[in-house]
Amino acid sequence: MTTPTGGTSAVGGHDLTVLLVDDHAMFRTGVRAELGSAVRIVAEAGDVDEAIAAVETYRPDVVLLDVHLPGGGGAEVLRRVATRHPETKFLALSVSDAAEDVIGVIRAGARGYVTKNITGDELIDAIRRVAGGDAVFSPRLAGFVLDAFAGTIEVAQVDSDLDRLTEREREVMRLIARGYAYKEVAKELFISVKTVETHVSSVLRKLQLSSRHELTRWANDRRLI
Amino acid sequence: MTATPPVRRLYRSPSSRVLGGVAQGLADHLGVPVLWVRLAFVVTTVFQLAGVLAYAAFWIFVPLGTAETSPGLASATRRGLRSEEKDTDAAPSNRYTLQTAALVVLGIGVVWFVVGSNRVSSLLFPAVLAIAGFALIWRQADDTSLRRWVWETSGWQAVLRTAAGTLLVLIAYGVFVAQLGGGLGSAAQLLAALVVALAGAGLLLGPWVVRLVTALAEERRERVRSQERADVAAHLHDSVLQTLALLQKNASDPALVATLARRQERELRDWLYAEPSHDGTTLRKGLVADAAEIETTYRVPIEVVGVGDTDPDADVDALRAAAREAMTNAAKHSGADRIDVYAEVGGAEVEVFVRDRGRGFDPTQVPEDRLGIRRSLVARMERHGGSAVVRSAPGEGTEVRLALPLVRDRSPNGGRDGAPEGADGGADR
Repeated sequence: MTTPTGGTSAVGGHDLTVLLVDDHAMFRTGVRAELGSAVRIVAEAGDVDEAIAAVETYRPDVVLLDVHLPGGGGAEVLRRVATRHPETKFLALSVSDAAEDVIGVIRAGARGYVTKNITGDELIDAIRRVAGGDAVFSPRLAGFVLDAFAGTIEVAQVDSDLDRLTEREREVMRLIARGYAYKEVAKELFISVKTVETHVSSVLRKLQLSSRHELTRWANDRRLI
Repeated sequence: MTATPPVRRLYRSPSSRVLGGVAQGLADHLGVPVLWVRLAFVVTTVFQLAGVLAYAAFWIFVPLGTAETSPGLASATRRGLRSEEKDTDAAPSNRYTLQTAALVVLGIGVVWFVVGSNRVSSLLFPAVLAIAGFALIWRQADDTSLRRWVWETSGWQAVLRTAAGTLLVLIAYGVFVAQLGGGLGSAAQLLAALVVALAGAGLLLGPWVVRLVTALAEERRERVRSQERADVAAHLHDSVLQTLALLQKNASDPALVATLARRQERELRDWLYAEPSHDGTTLRKGLVADAAEIETTYRVPIEVVGVGDTDPDADVDALRAAAREAMTNAAKHSGADRIDVYAEVGGAEVEVFVRDRGRGFDPTQVPEDRLGIRRSLVARMERHGGSAVVRSAPGEGTEVRLALPLVRDRSPNGGRDGAPEGADGGADR
């Protein structure tokens, strides 16, 4: 494994370590080239078992995880290691933007979702964000979230706050769906970027934990859960 | 809506079924609540057990429906690239199972009442046992056919279920014979004779039947596979090969190559992962199609995200046309390297946002041509009772917000004026 040392800004003063999981070697090579020296790629894996072994061995900061993976898919990797290694963050990466894949992998524990045609800089930014504990929402993912939590429901009908988005969270999601970056969202709503990040993380948590029946039904309509 | 809808076929429901999925399938097909169908089965049981027999007939003759997914997802699932969907038959909630159980008890009560209590003991008990046995066995057969691709999932549970079903049927038979004629002895004798006859027939015909069945399954699998291969080959030839040829020819023009690759990607993605399409063009589909066209013309990627959807009418078509104009504008003038389009169909209104991070402009000092475009956007939307707001500043990009109320109580001159936060409500300066 090559160990380039870029030394650019990284969380905690050391280079971010990244595990690359994808069943296409060519794609892995491409990502490696695009990431360059911004992060340290400690290993690559081509299927679920390799990925799990690599997570156990290297304890990377971030796992770039393909959604479609031999052995049960990215969600399977998450199910088997995510709870045991909370310090490792997962960022899903896929060509498929089918709603069930996206929401499925998020509900399994990924902290974000980006499509494979993302540019190198955006990917590096997303990796840093995820490593720092934030969530990464693409416009498409924000659209899915709004769709899943759609419909106005009476506050009294809702059992827990997990089951609905606050007005502010909805606004943030809508802006992200409209193509705003976090910085632009912050400017638009007159709040700090940190607050935007808090809102987004909170939406991610709701998406993962909510048992809201509309969400379940929406998911069932698309054959997931 | 000139396209004729495809013939609707009756399928048993694989997802939310309690017994055979017959009632759910019928309810889906007829568009009535499933409870009605179940009640109908119970009520018709009064007439010579017609309900039970009809249910059994439906179970035998109506094929089990399959969950429809896009080819890309189906293939990924087959190759084990995605996590196996949790049991497809785990769906019916406890409420429905309880409901069905209650109905079954009710049905038994009805039969009791009709047949008369004196004959009940002799007939009803074995009949219920036999029905339960058959239900178990058939249900097992359903599950196997549902998972054709993975034989291993059956396992010992399947064997156990089938055995239990067979046992139930045998007991029912024994009780029946014992009660009809001369006691348990003759029933045992009859059963023994039956078993011997069956064993003999099995010995004679068994190998032949087995070979026939395997050959049939093999043939069917082969046919499905070759059909799939032909489909894929045709598609690859029509699109991917053509694009690759074009790419080679235009290798010297990076922008064109990128556009071609992007268009091909979009098309392939659509083919692989799009949700199974309904007929007719909805607003979202229209926007995606427009975006693809503009993207090809001006070589700027356009990302369309949508929440909710609506069928087209004159107003929605106007909205789509305005959105198209906004996209064209952004692609032509902004110089941005990508354009985001967001469409949201809410309860009260439809909104479409077209946003670029291009050079933008100062709305107070608009060049003549762009003012014209803005006027036409605003005027067009207002004619249809909606609004258009253009927000822009030099260096900050441009965002166009198009809105159309869905509750159509419009005043003749369009009523609503632009949203308060807009930098431009279409007023002349």
